[in-house]
Amino acid sequence: MSKIVVEGLYKVFGPTPDKALAMLKEGRSKNEIMESIRHGVGVNNASFAVEEGEIIVIMGLSGSGKSTLVRCLNRLITPSAGRVLIDGQDIMELSSEQLREVRQSKMGMVFQNFALFPHRTVAENAAYGLEIKGVDKETRLAKAHEALELVGLKGWEDVLPAQLSGGMQQRVGLARALALDPDILLMDEAFSALDPLIRRDMQDELINLQEKMHKTIVFISHDLDEALKLGDRIVLMKDGKIVQIGTPEEILTEPADDYVERFVSEVDISRVLTADSIMQKVVAVAHLGTDGPRAALRKMKNHGISSLFVLDKQHTLVGVVSAEQAVHLINAGESDLSQIICTDLKTVLPETPAQDLFGIMHDLAYPLAVVDTANKLKGVIVRGTLLGALSERKGGQRDV
Amino acid sequence: MYRLPVGHVIEEIIEFLVDHLSFATKACSVVVESSLRLLEKGMVAIPEPLFILVAGALVWRLSKDRRLGLFAVLGLALIWNMGLWKATMSTVALVLVATLFAIMLGVPIGIFTAVNRMAYRIIMPTLDVMQTMPAFVYLIPAIPFFGLGKMAAIFSTVIFSMPPAIRLTCLGIKQVPEDLVECAEAFGTSRWQRLVKLELPLARSTILAGVNQTVMLALSMVVIAAMIGAKGLGGEVWKAIQRLQMGRGFEAGIGIVIVAIILDRVLQKAGKQNNNP
Repeated sequence: MSKIVVEGLYKVFGPTPDKALAMLKEGRSKNEIMESIRHGVGVNNASFAVEEGEIIVIMGLSGSGKSTLVRCLNRLITPSAGRVLIDGQDIMELSSEQLREVRQSKMGMVFQNFALFPHRTVAENAAYGLEIKGVDKETRLAKAHEALELVGLKGWEDVLPAQLSGGMQQRVGLARALALDPDILLMDEAFSALDPLIRRDMQDELINLQEKMHKTIVFISHDLDEALKLGDRIVLMKDGKIVQIGTPEEILTEPADDYVERFVSEVDISRVLTADSIMQKVVAVAHLGTDGPRAALRKMKNHGISSLFVLDKQHTLVGVVSAEQAVHLINAGESDLSQIICTDLKTVLPETPAQDLFGIMHDLAYPLAVVDTANKLKGVIVRGTLLGALSERKGGQRDV
Repeated sequence: MYRLPVGHVIEEIIEFLVDHLSFATKACSVVVESSLRLLEKGMVAIPEPLFILVAGALVWRLSKDRRLGLFAVLGLALIWNMGLWKATMSTVALVLVATLFAIMLGVPIGIFTAVNRMAYRIIMPTLDVMQTMPAFVYLIPAIPFFGLGKMAAIFSTVIFSMPPAIRLTCLGIKQVPEDLVECAEAFGTSRWQRLVKLELPLARSTILAGVNQTVMLALSMVVIAAMIGAKGLGGEVWKAIQRLQMGRGFEAGIGIVIVAIILDRVLQKAGKQNNNP
């Protein structure tokens, strides 16, 4: 079962939301509705599911409805229509009492402008959620200290938030959410107010923490780089509508429409593309023991290539042979391919970023083999493919 | 031309209230006046030099300002010297009691006003009326309710000095930043918890500014209330007016100024300290 399910969610701002909803369902646009009946459209028919332990990034420009959408998840904003299921429970059906209980136990939230309570110390801020829940002072302060240690703020417990830098304040915000030990973290542009360097640190830290915690995280961002870095999946929004949902790579390589394409054209492709999205299928291999030099040479000729990877019976990669050496071997009258196999070859894992491939491929005599952890051959990359993949993306950029 | 019976209607209402409530108000009057007399007696019973020194030390402690402590000692000594000691004690006691009532009523009403939109719509214009109405007008209905004397003075003083306590309490709560309120909501805070854990602590310095204003207004009203038998320093001024004793009138006036400065500065400092702990 999905942790969070959003089905047909709408949010319209204005005195007569039903009228605007009817217009939306007729397919009228956000601008049309604004002009004709002066209603703002926050979210327009959003549906998606978030799996347990996943980081999902909801991304879009300001005004795209992403902040409204995340506030519908804990009903800080009441949706105009649609359902939000948390652990299968429709939160629209909860009484205000039950809703508070869900907020207290299941969902921690982190805000763009930190929203720390200025009259409370760092520890008291971190303990706030537990205090509201009615946890006794000793326990909640102990948990707050633990959470603060987790985010690297040990020793700062007794100062006031105003004495901390922005990055540290947001750590307190994160600790306040974590102290509750919620299943779900809602992070509303949590790092957007921070300096770029500190933002990157916080992103790394969140990834590290997530490896330990396995929370379900809904992260709002307007920064594609951030989304690509953090997101297991990305939900792209425009004018309150979801334009595309997919893994970072799907968003980059198969943009659903012009809007997404324009969005992703900003990104440094080489940092995001990975080896397995560039690699080509292996057209031919030599099998150790069955193929001799003549067979290998023929395969190379048939496919117009100058070298051939050699696999053993278990289909694991052994090495590579070149056409030149195969010819030498035939001229010498030998028939054992293993004599000329070069086993000293470079391999990369499928998830290696394209950025790193440039360094590896520089002055490499053979194509680069992409193998999995069991050393099974998954594909090959030749320098031409790598540059081709990149220039293809760049070309797309120019068209927009 | 037809004359609208505005005054007549108000008179009828007040008469009706007096007829049906005077037993309660008169009883209230007895209780308050006797406790006030006790407080006054206690203050006067303390030997003046001791009182002056203790008051000076207290002002110093509260304001953390040595010069203000010194000013309090010298000022009070001057009042004693001018033979206005008893009158001053009576005024201070009256101000204390009136302020206490004004705050005990004003702060909760202010909270209610901030929390309830309907109350806000009704109370805010009422406060505007209360604050622009000339202070003397409050003296008139006080007499039928409580009879001439201190209770009537306290009643009109409370009415006159309460608006800033209500207004600034309400303002303090309403100006708590929206994002903090949202954050509190996101953590499942109930309305009551939000008030106690977030809004009141953040509104504290604003509320204290309101308390300060209330005390100042109470002091000024207590002087005016001398006309309906509040006695004290205001009573001295009132007497001086009737007898055209300019010197005596200014002496009492200086006494009021000294008390006002001491109260104002101490309360202001207290408010600031709470603002930046």
